[in-house]
Amino acid sequence: MKYGYYPGCTLERNAIAYHQSAMAVAKKLDIEFTEVDDWNCCGATEYISIDALPAYALIARNLALASQQKLNGNGNQLVAPCSACYLNLQKTDHYMADSPELAQQVNTALEAGGLNYDPGSVRVRHLLDILTQDVGYDAVAEKVTKPLYNLRIAPYYGCMIVRPSFDDTYDNPEYPTCLDDLMRNLGATVVDYPVKAHCCGGHMTQISETVALDLIRRLLKNAADYQADMIVTLCPMCQLNLGGYQEAVNKHFGTDYKIPILYFTQLMGLAFGIKPKELGFGKEFVSANPALEKIGAEPPPKPKKQRRSKEALPMPNSTEGM
Amino acid sequence: MPAQSSASRASPPASFIDEVIAATPGSDPHLELCVQCGTCGGSCPSGPDMEHTPRQLFAMIEAGMKEDVLRSNTPWYCVSCYYCTVRCPQDVHITDIMYTLKRMAIKEGMYRESTAADAPDFSETFIDFVEHYGRSFELGLATLYHLKHHPLGAVKMAGFGLGMLRRGRMDLTPNKIEGIDQLKTILAKAKELSNDNSNGKGGGR
Repeated sequence: MKYGYYPGCTLERNAIAYHQSAMAVAKKLDIEFTEVDDWNCCGATEYISIDALPAYALIARNLALASQQKLNGNGNQLVAPCSACYLNLQKTDHYMADSPELAQQVNTALEAGGLNYDPGSVRVRHLLDILTQDVGYDAVAEKVTKPLYNLRIAPYYGCMIVRPSFDDTYDNPEYPTCLDDLMRNLGATVVDYPVKAHCCGGHMTQISETVALDLIRRLLKNAADYQADMIVTLCPMCQLNLGGYQEAVNKHFGTDYKIPILYFTQLMGLAFGIKPKELGFGKEFVSANPALEKIGAEPPPKPKKQRRSKEALPMPNSTEGM
Repeated sequence: MPAQSSASRASPPASFIDEVIAATPGSDPHLELCVQCGTCGGSCPSGPDMEHTPRQLFAMIEAGMKEDVLRSNTPWYCVSCYYCTVRCPQDVHITDIMYTLKRMAIKEGMYRESTAADAPDFSETFIDFVEHYGRSFELGLATLYHLKHHPLGAVKMAGFGLGMLRRGRMDLTPNKIEGIDQLKTILAKAKELSNDNSNGKGGGR
């Protein structure tokens, strides 16, 4: 199977574990991804808050490039692993098709840069969508060599892949189940917790932290109530908020959550027998090592301690556990 | 007030609701169809922290209370989860309307008086990097935004940043795309068209 691939900015660095594990899993499943050459940022939820037309033009440049580069023989399908990128690309394509006036204006802007995009010519898909629908659960189950029998997993969908669900949606916006089914096919026990498609706080961590901390707490508490060993997600923002701000939640609410937040592709890789260090384990904020022990997987090597030269000026140590 | 048909939107002077609809490009946002049922507010994860629920805000838009609407923290507290949008019985594109209200509040300079006065600067700092490099740059964004708005909190954020760096999750320098000049040309043209639209030269929606 061949697809175009739009990694998005976070997968280059912050969510590199997602990118690494996605590529490792794709190789096992004979999926060929061709990255859009010279893609740009999708603007996240920020550009559209400032100016609409440039925001759509920014996103449409990627669609135009994907269309022009004819990345695959699979109906020109473009796969985005990040929820925000996925929604932005899909929304722009959809709105341009819906509003000839918007399409015309966006294309006037694109043409200034020698590009053009015909709405509908690229089909935008999410990574989870193609792994569950195109590859399918049976083909995934066939590749499992180390089933995740002892793991209790809380599948977390977040918002933007299930809502607002343009055209042919692949799951329910209120009660999605495809990630549940995927994890079950890896041998894991899935906890059916009610908040699995609720919000992680998005950019509120930056704008009004207490609002975000409360939203993050709800998710952690619910997963902990259902005795999940980990929360498994498909969005870099969710992974960052639930993992990176877990310590802040514990401080703010006097709680003691230690729930690792992992990408679903990392769990697929584990079940396929790929080594944790090749799947980006060790980059999560709350260590997944106790969970890895449960299934007898080898934990990733510890990062080397940075040695300081004796000649160097004295510097305070960075806080352990950050 | 009876629901206005889209045909009547062009004739000036436009009412506030027409202005909001015209400034929402893409699919028809169906704002005039709101029946004040309150499903949106009941579905909103940050609803309790908003000065007005979306339902209240839409009643205020209908009543032409432009200044109060644009000073409200509500659009800035929208987390783009789209629960309201998929649950709305009238198919009002609520999240899209919130984005429109943010843009209008910035244009009119009214957000400064709201309790979410920092929020636009986060968006603007974010897009500044995108416009210069073609990709987002987390370290630059976090440093500039937090030093400007929460210099004391920036110390706390520095610890967070170190955690990111130690895990190899943050770049020290931004990544620039090859076609940055092409992107800049496209964005400049789009901004020009966008200005024409809001000055009434373009065709509106």
